[in-house]
Amino acid sequence: MNVYAEMTGLDPLTSGEVVVAQNIAFGLIAIIMIFSALRMVTTRNVVHAALYLVIVLAGAAAIFILLGAEFVGVTQVLVYIGAIVVLFLFGIMLTRGAFGGINLEEKAEQRKMSILVAGLLAVVTGGALINTFSDAEIARSSPSTTATVGDSIFSQFIIPFEAVSVLLLAALIGAIVVARKD
Amino acid sequence: MYLNQFLLLSAVLFAIGVYGVLARRNGVLVLMSIELILNAVNINLVAFAAFRESIPGEVFALFVIAVAAAEVGVGLAMILLLYRNRRNIDLTEIDLMKG
Repeated sequence: MNVYAEMTGLDPLTSGEVVVAQNIAFGLIAIIMIFSALRMVTTRNVVHAALYLVIVLAGAAAIFILLGAEFVGVTQVLVYIGAIVVLFLFGIMLTRGAFGGINLEEKAEQRKMSILVAGLLAVVTGGALINTFSDAEIARSSPSTTATVGDSIFSQFIIPFEAVSVLLLAALIGAIVVARKD
Repeated sequence: MYLNQFLLLSAVLFAIGVYGVLARRNGVLVLMSIELILNAVNINLVAFAAFRESIPGEVFALFVIAVAAAEVGVGLAMILLLYRNRRNIDLTEIDLMKG
């Protein structure tokens, strides 16, 4: 329990000190994530790109936990960092991106247009967001528990959940059929 | 915490992902950039779930994670097939169906 919050009778999750700590944590995570994402899309070495992707994904998990969505954060670590990145590393090794010299330089003209498009996109979405949500504040009083998320999945979202199961099965079979040798 | 700080972070990550998809020629790297885009969307969903103190946003983020896993599986299988047939994963050279 936060001593300052107890003394002043404030809710410890919304008192000043905690908010400051949350903002500092957010700033650090955001800077690390943006730097790693930039390195990921610009680095020459594909294996390094996959490792920078790990940092971005871990940062996203930290953001989820900061927002009080603990189950999403844990799932992010399990599925993305645990499984998808390993899949990417296998893909890189099987296509010899790391060792056999598939090292594709982007064309200067293509890069220029891409920077233009991505920059415009960031400016337009950023401007719209600042215009719309300039004073919306997140006042979460307690984190959402895994039990409530599970209840929601298995009552309100049971049909989408089953659809996702079938989609995963279809993707599994599809991947095997596509990649099979014969 | 303001809602906007999360949304702006997500917008920046989305733009970086779009740059990766458009500029890079390595197929595996393009798939990684798509993962970056999906993650930006997830941050948006969870931020709005926290803002509105409702659960469905988080459930949708979980669905996005599941669909992303399926997408990576199929995408990497396709790139593997491409590599096996052409010994190359340069996406700019895949123009068989170009008009």
